[in-house]
Amino acid sequence: MERIPVRKTYKLWIGGAFVRSESGRSDVAGDFNIPRGSRKDVREAVAAARKAAGPWAARTAYNRGQILYRAAEALESRRAQLIAVLDDRGAGSAGGLEPAEELDAAVDVLVHYAGWTDKLQPVLGGINPVAAPFLSFSLPEPTGVVGVVAPDQPSLLGLVAEVAPSLAAGNTVVAILSESAPHAGLDLAEVLGVSDIPGGVVNLLSGRRGELAVALGGHRDLNAIVDASGDASLGTELDRLAAETIKRASHHAAALSYDHAVDDALERIVAVTELKTAWHPVGA
Amino acid sequence: MSVEPRASIVWDYAPAPEATDHLRLADRYGLFIGGQFCEPAEARYVPTINPATEEPIAEIAWAGPRDVERAIEVARDAQPRWAALPDRERGKYLFRIARLIQERARELAVVETLDGGKPLRESRDVDIPLAAAHFFHYAGWADKLRYGVVAREVAPLGVVGQIVPWNFPLLMAAWKLAPALACGNTAILKPAETTPLTALLLAEICQEAELPDGVVSILPGDGTAGAALVRSPGLDKIAFTGSTAVGREIQTELAGRGVGLTLELGGKSANIVFEDAAVDQAVEGIVNGIFFNQGHVCCAGSRLLIQESVLDEVIAKLWARMGRLRVGDPLDKNTDVGAINSAEQLERIETLVAAGEQEGAVRRSIACSLPEHGYWFAPTLFTDVSPAHRIAVEEIFGPVVSVLSFRTQAEAIEKANNSKYGLAAGIWTDKGAKAFEVANALRAGVVWQNTYNHFDPTAAFGGYKESGFGREGGPAGLRPYLRVVR
Repeated sequence: MERIPVRKTYKLWIGGAFVRSESGRSDVAGDFNIPRGSRKDVREAVAAARKAAGPWAARTAYNRGQILYRAAEALESRRAQLIAVLDDRGAGSAGGLEPAEELDAAVDVLVHYAGWTDKLQPVLGGINPVAAPFLSFSLPEPTGVVGVVAPDQPSLLGLVAEVAPSLAAGNTVVAILSESAPHAGLDLAEVLGVSDIPGGVVNLLSGRRGELAVALGGHRDLNAIVDASGDASLGTELDRLAAETIKRASHHAAALSYDHAVDDALERIVAVTELKTAWHPVGA
Repeated sequence: MSVEPRASIVWDYAPAPEATDHLRLADRYGLFIGGQFCEPAEARYVPTINPATEEPIAEIAWAGPRDVERAIEVARDAQPRWAALPDRERGKYLFRIARLIQERARELAVVETLDGGKPLRESRDVDIPLAAAHFFHYAGWADKLRYGVVAREVAPLGVVGQIVPWNFPLLMAAWKLAPALACGNTAILKPAETTPLTALLLAEICQEAELPDGVVSILPGDGTAGAALVRSPGLDKIAFTGSTAVGREIQTELAGRGVGLTLELGGKSANIVFEDAAVDQAVEGIVNGIFFNQGHVCCAGSRLLIQESVLDEVIAKLWARMGRLRVGDPLDKNTDVGAINSAEQLERIETLVAAGEQEGAVRRSIACSLPEHGYWFAPTLFTDVSPAHRIAVEEIFGPVVSVLSFRTQAEAIEKANNSKYGLAAGIWTDKGAKAFEVANALRAGVVWQNTYNHFDPTAAFGGYKESGFGREGGPAGLRPYLRVVR
């Protein structure tokens, strides 16, 4: 008798746990059920990200860099599986990217941003030559919890390119995955789940973008929203929602290559970073 | 029945030696050129000695001038390909090296301690983790050079020669190689004659990382090999860490040749204790400042400046704390002060200490039973030191601290700056405004406030005055290995 394969149950990734949507809803995509996240899942993900934000920001830059590098190692080790998933999605290559190219670029993007963690401060910060006897210095700090709306395609690289800068800067992230091809993002959750990334630092939700993105963008405990949906009217809506609590909002075209994801690395990081200036008397 | 009351509680630690049975050292190491270990042209092998036992550990090939020329040719040949790699791929090799150092950390720590005499606690907790961290940090710079040198197009210098000392053998190799490679240079590293082993293990790591052949060559040897590197017309830059005397010779040799140079040289760093310091914390910092690594530290806090009002208190507490230092087997995890690196260095320390006594300073050395074999020097405190005494002026590079006193902040600054050196300084005060004011006035490349001997790959390190020039660490550490194209 032919062996019956054991099918995977895809789940959301919230607070380090793999969970079904609290709504109990799911969609069918290919041979799999995909959880359809709800507004309440968004709220729980933001709460988990907020809880993880302090400890994540308090880690040394070196430690965060090593954790991101290990995430790259973990992703590379699942290369064959993820390539098969990207191949399977049936949506074809995005922006001329073959699945293997997309996977390799995603790994390299993680490595690139792993190297940023301890470079932000020297590049963005400095001592201010104030005209008084004070030591005045400015240094970057993470803004807090960042919401990410990933593009539909490329579903893996497009997600990693938006999440990695926030993590490198010391933020925690709630990301809404590609609506048409969420598999790779949900598999990425399993990869990151066994890397050293602490629970709650990255939270990944699948479902209807229109529903989730608005709930996320409107959440009052979110500090910044990064929109790579490519949907102009959604972008406008997110800008409007951001204004209510003065969120930092930025919009990117979907990253179609490694270069595209890293050429404006500093701008991506600045968009989710605050600058703190401290003053200290000298001699007085 | 009467029980004799115990007058005092006396206890000792049980020995806690680190095992060495996991080591995979070879009996003999060749030169590392072109990605392979090979025989030296003049077949000269010299044993490297464990300074704690005087027993040989392995035989090491020493490079001669012909080997140096061959390594330079190989490095020259490899350099354009290395520089032409995409930046991110060059970075990935460095990430691999960082990871492999972490993977082999225990082995590297034990070998560092065997070969150099430093306490295992230090090699395990400081040298090896920092070496890995330096590779990790500069791995991340490889594809971010345009942020490190802003608004300029940069290019590697070419082939660089790097000469490192025996006090932090693997760490200094990492300080030198990591930025050089990240910037696209190829490098020839000469480890110190008494401590070549961890550099040779690093050569193995380069092989494991599949670093392209010729990108790194490692040539153990003595001053002959170093001199051959410096005199060779084939190098684009020399980076040297060591004594000011040798640094001066190198700078003289390179005069008019347009070869890049960075020097990290000696020091006689002032550690300044103000009356408003937290005294117990300061005493720990003084001990760490001068007895860390047996005082074989270029930035050691060897001139202790104490404000007169707290002089007696600080000295009493320091002397009491020194009495609890454990001197002995470097492989023992409880050891604070290990072996002096070589017979030659021990003689230098003894000479200067004798000069201190002759010139009238008051010497105190802690009572401790030193092992029969090996090179040892008991931690020593000099009081009644005048600023003109040799022990207040010259670098001892051993576990010897010279105490001077001061009355005012201005006097402290003047005395601290009264040195031909300017590598580091320490400031102990609970008043932040004072600390920053004094820090601004000190002519030293590194100033520690309420701490001492802290190092990080992101923080530039290097000296003022005769302590050298050029910086290692952070974006400043990239510049010595880059040329601005436009």
